[in-house]
Amino acid sequence: MRGITKRFPGVLANDNINLDLNKGEIHALLGENGAGKSTLMNILYGLYQPDAGEIFLNGKAVKIHGPRDAIAQGIGMVHQHFMLVPTLTVAENITLGMEEQKGVLLDVERPSAKIKEIAKKYGLEIDPGAYIKDLPVGLQQRVEIVKTLYRDAQVLVLDEPTAVLTPQEVEGLFATLRTLVAQGVSIIFISHKLKEVKAIANRITVLRQGRVVGWTTPAEADEAKLASMMVGRPVLLKVDKTPAKPGGETLSIKSLKVMSDRKSVAVDGVSFAVRAGEIVGIAGVEGNGQTELVEAITGLRAQTEGAIVMESHDLPRESPRAGIAAGMSHIPENRHKFGMVSSYPLTTNLVLSTFDRAPFTKNGLLNDAEIEKNARTLIKEFDVRTPNEFVPIGKLSGGNQQKAVVAREFSRPMKLLVASQPTRGVDVGSIEFIHKRIVEARDKGAAVLLISAELDEIMSLSDRILVMFKGKIVGERETAKTTREDVGLLMMGKV
Amino acid sequence: MRNFSFAKLWSGAWPAVASVFLALVVAGLVMVVTGSDPIKAYTSLIEGAFLRPGTDTRPTAFLDTLVSATPYLILALGISLAFTAGLFNIGAEGQLYMGALASVMVGFLVKGLPPIIHLPLSLLAGAVMGALWAGIAGWLKATRGAPEVVTTIMLNYISYSVVNFMVNGPLRHTGTAPRTPDIEPSAVLPNMLPSPERLHWGFVIALLCAVAYYFLVYRSPLGLRIRLVGANKEAARYAGIQVNRTYLITMLISGGLCGLAGGVEILSLYRFMPSEFTTGYGFDSIAVALLGQGNPIGILLAAILFGALANGAGYMQFSSGVSNYIISVLQAFIIVFVAAPGIVRDLFGWIRIKRAAPALPAKGGTK
Repeated sequence: MRGITKRFPGVLANDNINLDLNKGEIHALLGENGAGKSTLMNILYGLYQPDAGEIFLNGKAVKIHGPRDAIAQGIGMVHQHFMLVPTLTVAENITLGMEEQKGVLLDVERPSAKIKEIAKKYGLEIDPGAYIKDLPVGLQQRVEIVKTLYRDAQVLVLDEPTAVLTPQEVEGLFATLRTLVAQGVSIIFISHKLKEVKAIANRITVLRQGRVVGWTTPAEADEAKLASMMVGRPVLLKVDKTPAKPGGETLSIKSLKVMSDRKSVAVDGVSFAVRAGEIVGIAGVEGNGQTELVEAITGLRAQTEGAIVMESHDLPRESPRAGIAAGMSHIPENRHKFGMVSSYPLTTNLVLSTFDRAPFTKNGLLNDAEIEKNARTLIKEFDVRTPNEFVPIGKLSGGNQQKAVVAREFSRPMKLLVASQPTRGVDVGSIEFIHKRIVEARDKGAAVLLISAELDEIMSLSDRILVMFKGKIVGERETAKTTREDVGLLMMGKV
Repeated sequence: MRNFSFAKLWSGAWPAVASVFLALVVAGLVMVVTGSDPIKAYTSLIEGAFLRPGTDTRPTAFLDTLVSATPYLILALGISLAFTAGLFNIGAEGQLYMGALASVMVGFLVKGLPPIIHLPLSLLAGAVMGALWAGIAGWLKATRGAPEVVTTIMLNYISYSVVNFMVNGPLRHTGTAPRTPDIEPSAVLPNMLPSPERLHWGFVIALLCAVAYYFLVYRSPLGLRIRLVGANKEAARYAGIQVNRTYLITMLISGGLCGLAGGVEILSLYRFMPSEFTTGYGFDSIAVALLGQGNPIGILLAAILFGALANGAGYMQFSSGVSNYIISVLQAFIIVFVAAPGIVRDLFGWIRIKRAAPALPAKGGTK
């Protein structure tokens, strides 16, 4: 790709970007959210047309007008969110859109044979007859990869492929990628995770604010260097924290049982406690009951059995109001659903749970002056990048939305912080900032319950780790006395 | 109301203005197709609604338009409040009926009070009755999750029957027609101007309701709770707002306004409860509320528009020979365009793009 430039109203998303991909290499595209990685790849996949620049494939200039064109040219893409139909089989999903017919009927044998052939050639074992909904995430991703190979992809674009995988599944993916490369496939690996980029890439291109800021190789650059290239300033990768000095139990969970939306048991008799001044991390692959656990603790979902006790008072079932009154702050996993009202300005969103108290309500009416002052203070303190405090929060970038949510939750007196995926979709610079604030909260005596699918986050922040698997706590570890691999095994239910 | 600007005001108002404009155009086309002269019809409509001066026997057209606008305004404020919380109160008509009945009952059953007490008491009875009637739907929604769309419609039918039963039975006066006795003079909501003008103090009450609506919805914490529940129920819950409670309170206030509208109408113009009180105001006011876009000034303007259509229709038919059913057609098109903002936006957006076409090449059209 040569001199690729793409403008959106008000933003230069890609500014004269050059990217070379050699045959049989893994080229990592590293950058923060909003750095222009996705725009660049969407141009390659034909979803956008560049304002300037050209794409060459095997030395020939090509025009890519849409995904169909891209596929025909041998470019395949695996999106972060899989494009699979859960109720269809592997073979049906792979052939979707290019079904073969035998007379008037669907030919199922020929595709199955071809899938098996691909599976054998690239070492991607998969059962064509299995239903997607029965497959673990790692295998679903494998189906996505096979899907592109079935369409004879020679260039494979993987968008944040490790976001949903356990450490062991990541290892499996990497092995697959190495086999593919050995067979002559070329791979563009999009990520913001430094460790993985270093582990898998042959070459690394770093993007920042729509520009290429450097090319490097894993051998030349360590993680700290990559991070500072990404962010544009030195970044503290390790969270700086002193050993915890835990006090009394702030939160205690007693034999909690919670149902999922589908009325199956999501949290199955869980008990644990979080003490003042410590960070307890809950590790686990997503979908093992963490979401329901957090919703029960914060009052968003009723438990069917068990008690949630804060400072020796039972919290009533399903009452976020009671939790807030007891000094609970909650950074929600799903900030669009719970954390903010997108169409409302930052001013309102920053007083979402406090607007009916003094000083924000005076003499029965809302006090705009105080609400606006509060917004300006928090915007400054938490470095929320916004033109002003009246912008609807939905118009901000994900990272800034998250900082605003964190700012609001930290602006109340806090005895317990429930932080669920607190840095999801947030850039490296902001991650550092949010982590620092969480540790500060701990040091000021708050109890912190951290739930994260990012094992690195759990490992670097928590004082104590609980591992959740199929609705149960399957293990507890002191962070200082455990390893990623140990916790990874627990996450897979191997006790 | 910080950051006030006319550009912002216009961006909020233009879909409503465009909808009315489009409806006028389409209804005009209907008239052309059916062989009538739309220009003549609209001219006489405006004349009949706004311009005709009063005489010794005939009220001033514009003031009578305000009389017609009064119930629309109060009802639409009530319906709009429910919209704000994400609730669809289709029961305004029933709440208006029950409110009117309660006001009339206090109006003729309670005797010997001075007007300064009797009139407010009668109005209050209407508001409380409307609130309770809508409160049934609110309570079912809050405790059982029953959709208010269904329950408020059902309650409409019940209210018709209740009023019919009361007027034909226990409350029937001694005359031939099934109706209640007249209310005491002390409960009459008086006219503001001497006869033949019909403008009464109910219009001022309606204006006060609009002011109160502004303070409630946009200035009070309760109003913010209602707005947040409507904007993102889950986020409201997360923030500790009791969503079900807010639903109930909203329905109570919404129904209270609709009941008050019934009281105002019955204590001023009728002064007794007839058995057939089929105004249809409660349904037309849904359109008024939609057109007003949640803004009290917008609702006021929309109410005056609908008042004008109601008030000018007769004169239009008389003077231009166009059937006043065209007014229903016009109202229906206004609703269609307001309820489907996409149509309006696409239509006007298309015109704008066509105009700008030479300067702005289509996306992806050039390299």
